[in-house]
Amino acid sequence: MREFKVTPIRNGTVIDHINSGQALNVLRILGINEHNVDSTVSLLMHVPSKKTGWKDVVKVEDRELDKQTVDKIALISPKATIDIIRDFNVAEKYQVRLSPRIRNLVHCGNPNCITNKCEPVAPEFDVENHDPPMLRCIYCDRTLEDISGNLI
Amino acid sequence: MNFENMDVVSIRDFTRDQIEEILDKSRAMLPYAKGEKVSRALEGKILGNLFFEPSTRTRLSFESAANRLGARVIDVSQTSTTSIVKGETLADTIRMVEAYSDVIVLRHPHEGAARLAAHFSKKPVINAGDGAGSHPTQTLLDLFTIQEEMGGIEGNNVTILGDLKYGRTAHSLAEALTVFGAKLTFVAPETLQMPKDTVDQVKKLGGDPTITSDIEGVIADTDVLYITRIQKERFPDPAEYQKVAGTYRVDREMLREAKKDMIVMHPLPRIDEIAPEVDSTAHAKYFQQAFNGIPVRMALLTSVLGVEF
Repeated sequence: MREFKVTPIRNGTVIDHINSGQALNVLRILGINEHNVDSTVSLLMHVPSKKTGWKDVVKVEDRELDKQTVDKIALISPKATIDIIRDFNVAEKYQVRLSPRIRNLVHCGNPNCITNKCEPVAPEFDVENHDPPMLRCIYCDRTLEDISGNLI
Repeated sequence: MNFENMDVVSIRDFTRDQIEEILDKSRAMLPYAKGEKVSRALEGKILGNLFFEPSTRTRLSFESAANRLGARVIDVSQTSTTSIVKGETLADTIRMVEAYSDVIVLRHPHEGAARLAAHFSKKPVINAGDGAGSHPTQTLLDLFTIQEEMGGIEGNNVTILGDLKYGRTAHSLAEALTVFGAKLTFVAPETLQMPKDTVDQVKKLGGDPTITSDIEGVIADTDVLYITRIQKERFPDPAEYQKVAGTYRVDREMLREAKKDMIVMHPLPRIDEIAPEVDSTAHAKYFQQAFNGIPVRMALLTSVLGVEF
């Protein structure tokens, strides 16, 4: 039974294979709230998945995502895929992939890190593992434990 | 090897060969560090010594190292006398000191401060301790002390005792000692034991550390006993500090079980981890260790300033 109660979209983006339970964090990354959306946003949580057992899916109409946004999604759902839909067809499809070093996507979780002290630098991390993501601050050298709680 | 303009932020910035070269240079500096020979190798150079956190040994030994080689030192040792109190950022302070000096030495209460300084300064930056973060020159002088006192590092049983959780210098030391082939034992109360992250890193580097809370059980096999202070200022909870303060105290009684040539090291300051009666034994090397900060820092200063010695 894989019947989605959501209709196909004409133009926009489907973010599929989101880690189960992370869809609301994806909405947060997309900056979506009731004041700034003109098109339909569909959100499916806890949907059966062949690959991972359960997954979440987010569909956003009339919007394509920039690299910064896709990288943030990779931080909370390393297996997520991005389908760009144009005129009901999948124009592009790719899996999210983090660069070896990421910048300005998450804050360092260490309150004593210099990047949390009003200095003119963006937080920067080395990606030591992709799935599950493991990030090490290039400034204070600590690993980040709560990634979704520190998203910028 | 060319170290000119290299920032010294973390011991991980060095390869083993580079560390060996710095240790060799440090040995060559010994007669100059003791004042037996005189050198003006750094004449005309200015060291910016920025200490935004209390320090005795590190600040004075950098100053002494620079003076021994003929360099001049400008310094900040109290933030209350600087524009930091007006809200100036570290980034701006560093860009200013960069213009006034040839090399910057920085101690700062926030972790990552030295990496930030290195980011903003084209002149070399040497990390003299950033909060609970790295303190690479301490690691280098620790390695130098073991090498000088034991004739080498490889194969020695090194027991690191004390606050292994918050004392980040213990983490860098453990990693560096593993790279040099020492066998490690970590002794601490359970709540202050070496973090998993560091234990994993030591294993990844080929080490197989023994982890225990029982110093009596391991002292007889120890070649180097490295004691760290339980640092009150690093504890988020004062109650947790009270529980573990004074857990270990090394005295003559404990040393009766030790090998004759075992050395005792401590980065200092000590509070009550080492009884004063130990100072007069042949085991005590912590004051020698503090002196070794001079030749090691002389070697580093000449190296990053690209001055042949």
